[in-house]
Amino acid sequence: MRGFLTLFFKEVLRFWKVSLQTVLAPLISTLLYLLVFSHVMADHADVYPGVSYAAFLIPGLAMMSMLQNAFANSSSSLVQSKVTGNLVFVLLTPLSHWEFYWAYVLASVVRGVLVGSVVLLTAWFFFAIPAREPLWIVVFALLATILSGSLGVLAGIWAEKFDQMAAWQNFIVLPLTFLSGAFYSIHSLPSFWNTLSRFNPFFYVIDGFRYGFLGSSDVSPWESLLIVGSACLALSWTTLALLRSGWRLRT
Amino acid sequence: MTAAIEIHGADKRFGTVHALKSVDLTVEAGDFFALLGPNGAGKTTLINLLAGLSVPDAGTLKVMGFDVVRDYQKARRNLGVVPQELVFDPFFTVRETLEIQSGYFGLKNNDDWIDDILDNLQLADKAHANMRTLSGGMKRRVLIAQALVHRPPVIVLDEPTAGVDVELRQSLWKFIQRLNREGHTILLTTHYLEEAEALCRRVAILKQGQIVAHDTTQNLLRSRDLSRLEDVFVAIMQDGGLEAES
Ligand SMILES: Nc1ncnc2c1ncn2[C@@H]1O[C@H](COP(=O)(O)OP(=O)(O)OP(=O)(O)O)[C@@H](O)[C@H]1O
Ligand SMILES: [Mg+2]
Repeated sequence: MRGFLTLFFKEVLRFWKVSLQTVLAPLISTLLYLLVFSHVMADHADVYPGVSYAAFLIPGLAMMSMLQNAFANSSSSLVQSKVTGNLVFVLLTPLSHWEFYWAYVLASVVRGVLVGSVVLLTAWFFFAIPAREPLWIVVFALLATILSGSLGVLAGIWAEKFDQMAAWQNFIVLPLTFLSGAFYSIHSLPSFWNTLSRFNPFFYVIDGFRYGFLGSSDVSPWESLLIVGSACLALSWTTLALLRSGWRLRT
Repeated sequence: MTAAIEIHGADKRFGTVHALKSVDLTVEAGDFFALLGPNGAGKTTLINLLAGLSVPDAGTLKVMGFDVVRDYQKARRNLGVVPQELVFDPFFTVRETLEIQSGYFGLKNNDDWIDDILDNLQLADKAHANMRTLSGGMKRRVLIAQALVHRPPVIVLDEPTAGVDVELRQSLWKFIQRLNREGHTILLTTHYLEEAEALCRRVAILKQGQIVAHDTTQNLLRSRDLSRLEDVFVAIMQDGGLEAES
């Protein structure tokens, strides 16, 4: 347990020591999105009856930054350690693959939730957003950052260089988070894109998270919970199996 | 008594490179052992298998009787490895680095031992310096300190003195000899053969992935009627030296 806690704290400390980049920078970029979009879209018809566009947008933006930061934390830490070679210090220890996995994932959760909370608190200053079902907010925040943090571990195990990591960021994480309904309701999409969105687990994460605030969503939060929960399990299982085998870590 | 290190038929290939060819090697507990060989002989590969950084294609390796694959947690608790590459984590200070490494092994209240290591490796005044700011030799010392932080019974040093100044080299060996007297088993690789000759009771020589000599330092010198280990090494490299195997 102590070994696991050490690795977890080390991973938290790692991003905390550079919080200017890891917390403040994402906060500013998210607030810029908010500023621009809420202004441009203010005169559009409400997405849900009686819900302002800002109130619709803010949970989506907060979740998008949580997903991106949770991914960035585990993936960049692992790739950095692999490139510089200091991952050996972890690999030489008796830490099991379970401890390794959860230490990295939970540090991702901490960073993701921290960035998300700061975004939400700042947004609350300027816009009135309800929080109708707080429990759903917490559940989806945790599941989302676990999912994305796991994906980061997987990418970090696989990637051997920084540019391979950038490919994951640009070709997988960014499209999945942008096309997840953070900016719009998928009901407003043409049917092809609407159907495609339903294969994106990040869509359910955002939809469920938004339900926690607004009390309305594109699909039922229970359906989202089922899908996101299953995605988490499948991804954890895969990543743990790879870690156990030593794939790309113990050559 | 169980051997400190027991290797049977360890085999490893990297693509077309046959890095280790069914290596057998036993190091008795309490020994001070040199693993020698030219560049590319397979020394680091063998150490990586022992440490679990790499997985053997065939064969078994044990540390203090614990299989490095099946019983990896116990094997790793018993083993401290100083890697050949000069690696470090730029996010932390020397002291933080050692405390973190200690934590990975589940240790708490390890401060006295950490102080002791810092003193013996002349790192005390650098304890709060960031790893990034240290010179190459200083980083090497921290690497050694990290390997010792959990007081492993078996200590493996892969070229610990590369790039280290004379003064530290001497104090380092004094410290390692003290650990050996206190019962730790030492396995080291080095290209400074006079070091190996002065320190090590037993020597194994690897050549192209095979052990070509394995004996006490004294016997190796006597068998060739030579006075320096370096000359023995050169002779063995020239003729394959299989007759010198014990
Ligand atoms: N990860 C790897 N991929 C491919 N080849 C490798 C890898 N690691 C080692 N080798 C090869 O295996 C052989 C043994 O290398 P190793 O590093 O064990 O030698 P060494 O005895 O430690 O040499 P040195 O004295 O230079 O440190 C070399 O031919 C090396 O090129
Ligand atoms: Mg080597």
